[in-house]
Amino acid sequence: MIPAIVVFLYLAAVLYIGIFAFRRARGREEAEDYFLASRSLGPFVFLFSLFGTNMTAFAILGSSGHAFNNGIVTFGLMASSSGLVIPLTIFLIGTRVWALGKKYGFMTPVQMFRDRWECSHIGTLIFVVQAVLLVPYIIIGIMGGGTTLNTISGDLVPFWFGGAIVAMVVMSYVFFGGMRGTAWVNTFQTVLFLCFGAIALIVIGVGMGGFRSAAQGLQASPLSSLLTRERISPYYFFSYTFIPLSAIAFPHILIFCLTARKMSQFKKTVIFYPLCILAIWLPCVFLGVMANRVTDIPEIRQKQEARRVLATQGRNMAPEQRDELREKSGGDDVIMILLKRYAPLWLAGLLGAGIMAAVMASDSQILALSTMFTEDVFAFYGGKTRFGESVQVQTGRIFIILITLFAYAVALRAPETIFELAIQYAFSGYAALSPLLVAALFWRGSTKWGALAVTVWTALAVVAVAVLQAIVPAPAPGPATIVWAPGGLEVLSRTPGGTAVFGFMPVVPMVLISALLMIVVSLMTRKPAAATVAKYF
Amino acid sequence: MTLTKRPCYFLASVKKILLVVAVVLVYILHQDIWFWRSSYLVFGFIPIGLFYQGCFSVVAALLMWLLVTFAWPSHLEEEVERANPGEDEAR
Repeated sequence: MIPAIVVFLYLAAVLYIGIFAFRRARGREEAEDYFLASRSLGPFVFLFSLFGTNMTAFAILGSSGHAFNNGIVTFGLMASSSGLVIPLTIFLIGTRVWALGKKYGFMTPVQMFRDRWECSHIGTLIFVVQAVLLVPYIIIGIMGGGTTLNTISGDLVPFWFGGAIVAMVVMSYVFFGGMRGTAWVNTFQTVLFLCFGAIALIVIGVGMGGFRSAAQGLQASPLSSLLTRERISPYYFFSYTFIPLSAIAFPHILIFCLTARKMSQFKKTVIFYPLCILAIWLPCVFLGVMANRVTDIPEIRQKQEARRVLATQGRNMAPEQRDELREKSGGDDVIMILLKRYAPLWLAGLLGAGIMAAVMASDSQILALSTMFTEDVFAFYGGKTRFGESVQVQTGRIFIILITLFAYAVALRAPETIFELAIQYAFSGYAALSPLLVAALFWRGSTKWGALAVTVWTALAVVAVAVLQAIVPAPAPGPATIVWAPGGLEVLSRTPGGTAVFGFMPVVPMVLISALLMIVVSLMTRKPAAATVAKYF
Repeated sequence: MTLTKRPCYFLASVKKILLVVAVVLVYILHQDIWFWRSSYLVFGFIPIGLFYQGCFSVVAALLMWLLVTFAWPSHLEEEVERANPGEDEAR
């Protein structure tokens, strides 16, 4: 119970930071102050809060869970590719969006798209698709919070209650503090996690009797493939480099880019981003792999047994039985299990709070959705003019409550593991929307019809993948189930982890077809007025 | 007679091409098919595939430093400064 108390104290501290930000902003009921902290974040807060915004439950629990079952490949798949692609997109796109926001007062990406392509309802459609794709990301945070509190309290706090507490805390400080509160909390959380990540690595390493013996034991065991990348195909690995394109297309990241006081603040963020990813992901992946050498923790042995049964007998099982085993073998809680076993109680609490810090990064997504709703819908359709800016901010706050309640309700029912849920829908969808930004900022010839084609295609593709995966059950580990192979050419298949198109993840054709649609449709349709284009080039 | 400093377009183009080549090269390095099946342990405990990707992250940071140093879009800053003169002083 001591670790759970430490985590609760941490949650109280986070809540206080949010309310402190609220008191500091008291009297300023302006939309720009609440939603963008008056575009005044300094370099330190900008770096750590932007990074913290991207480090969700997915990064901590999902990465160690994925590494537990798939090995070291997890780091190269998502972490190091993100360390290259995300800062590159912040450098190329984030800086330009910041400058346009300063010049023309944009607060959301849709505002920029509407202005750039002289469109209104197409902008609304982009808002809808962005909002629908963002919700899974919020759900991840709540699920991660529930899992963490449940594990750290030794099942005393049930998953539903842990998720409810996390949802309440996040909702409260976003509600009161707006962007300023969110940025401060994110900075606090990122610093906390960076400190405690290293401590967790050392404590668990010592507890396991040293990593050298664990690694060499694993190398000599039948699980040695976890030290290589054999479990993932090179096509799949290549596909994954498309996923980080989603980061800059996520509205919460793009909106965060608008909060910097000066453009020079991007410099440190761009340079240190790969190093921050290294500092957080490497220990998580390493610990996830090494957890396979732990023999004295029954929970881990049960997971390994479920994995073994799935691999050896899964082909002859019903899809429901396979899903059950998959859930049992899921490793999202391995780090917490290791902490509980090897760290002293008080330290496990502190480290749990550190993990909770990363898990609770859904705050920015909730705030971004609220910003988008109030700016792209409420203000755009006349609400701001009619009711004033103060009502706009209050509307944003009510929206925060509604969206959190909705995400919590879904989190209680979602059957997928944290990692799969995030990747399959939100990440792939946003990656497919990234051509919108590239076209708006770098191509004079792009048009609103091209933007419409990209948005409709993204929505259809995400739905198609979701429907396919619902209809065709995931096969057991091993060869994929071929869904469509005209003339013997394997076009579409269902893999244990998702879907493959010509052996690639769906994100590859989704992004390429998006880009192609933008080019072809824009070439065939009328461009915006020269004066509008001149504002951007 | 006044001397005006003219940008050297040839050097600027070469610089841009070199930076693009560097980005492409680093992207290719990420694919790392050469250590795909090796379970060799560096320093006796870090799998070589993980060690390589860790080093890759450091290389990515160096690449970002190169971009920020040699290709920073300072014209955007100047445009904002022209559009909102004296904003910093007002804060």
